[in-house]
Amino acid sequence: MGLENNLFESLPDVVTVRLDAIVNWARKSSLWPATFGLACCAIEMMNTVSARNDLSRFGAETFRASPRQADVMIVSGRVSRKMAPVLRRIYDQMPEPKWVISMGACATSGGVFDNYAIVQGVDKIVPVDIYVPGCPPRPEMLVHAIMMLQDKIMKESVKDRRDTFESESRESMVPGTLPVTEGTALERETEVEVAAGETARPYSVPSKHEKRRSS
Amino acid sequence: MTEKLHAFVEKLKEKNEAWVVNVTEGHGEVTVIVPRESIVDICFFLKEKHGFDMLADLCGADRGPEEDPRFEVNYHLFSTTHHLRLRLKVLLSEDEASVATVSGLWKTANWHERETYDLVGVKFEGHPDLRRILLPSDFDGHALRKDYPLRGYEPYSLN
Repeated sequence: MGLENNLFESLPDVVTVRLDAIVNWARKSSLWPATFGLACCAIEMMNTVSARNDLSRFGAETFRASPRQADVMIVSGRVSRKMAPVLRRIYDQMPEPKWVISMGACATSGGVFDNYAIVQGVDKIVPVDIYVPGCPPRPEMLVHAIMMLQDKIMKESVKDRRDTFESESRESMVPGTLPVTEGTALERETEVEVAAGETARPYSVPSKHEKRRSS
Repeated sequence: MTEKLHAFVEKLKEKNEAWVVNVTEGHGEVTVIVPRESIVDICFFLKEKHGFDMLADLCGADRGPEEDPRFEVNYHLFSTTHHLRLRLKVLLSEDEASVATVSGLWKTANWHERETYDLVGVKFEGHPDLRRILLPSDFDGHALRKDYPLRGYEPYSLN
């Protein structure tokens, strides 16, 4: 005798909608973020999920420890050069459809850390959908970012999203970094090669340091 | 407090006069500047004979490219029996920025020496596995040297 009964009586027997509309609605209503806390922004991200701000109102509270079960990666904090290839690998392990939120000033532009150790913006490594300013952003801002992402998802088409082939994603290279390796043997060999100037580097620009050495 | 430490310095002098180049004291801490050739012998002597059984820290420092000697390596020893701390310091010039490893005496020196090599560029002779530990393996230069630019060399300064 509830609302549902009245609804069903008023609806026709067959409902037709655009496939995009219903698929996107399903996708946006259960965005599962990957747990990827990098720095102090992660504290605000945890707060977003907790009781006061309650991200589950928007269907995005289920943080997954495995990227293979996640839909959105919230890059919460500064990304170091050494973390960059790891971040890219985690992104590649997420199945389509996937989105990225760059949370905070550091993830967006490097923030105050304009130095050799920090990537100057995570968009140099992965495509970013939503940028959240702030240092750190308040939980309300992250909730707003999730809602903006939901609006964006509703404008997408199912045809836009397909999985990249595994071989393609394995070969993808982050400029300025080495690929993630399984053991230390490869790392050591590369170090020796770099030291000997045999340049097995994934980039082609000679460094100022090298120029200075040769002159 | 420091009288006990000075007693150990005297024992070092008794054992070998050349082992103690200089002694400085400040804030209740005693620092012994020792020659780089005999650092392993001194550490062995202090560890085995006088109970300085723990290497609390090993770190490097760059005093700046205009200084000579440019680099220093600090050994922070702690004795769990005497509850005393003693600091040994080795001074290194830029041309000979290397010192013998103490990883044979303390296992913890392995990673500390790798860190010092990584950031300051001091080489440790006889180290079993002298690789970078904090910075990426293809990193160019040593980040905590005073003449290292803040944004790094290209292509690390991708902006």
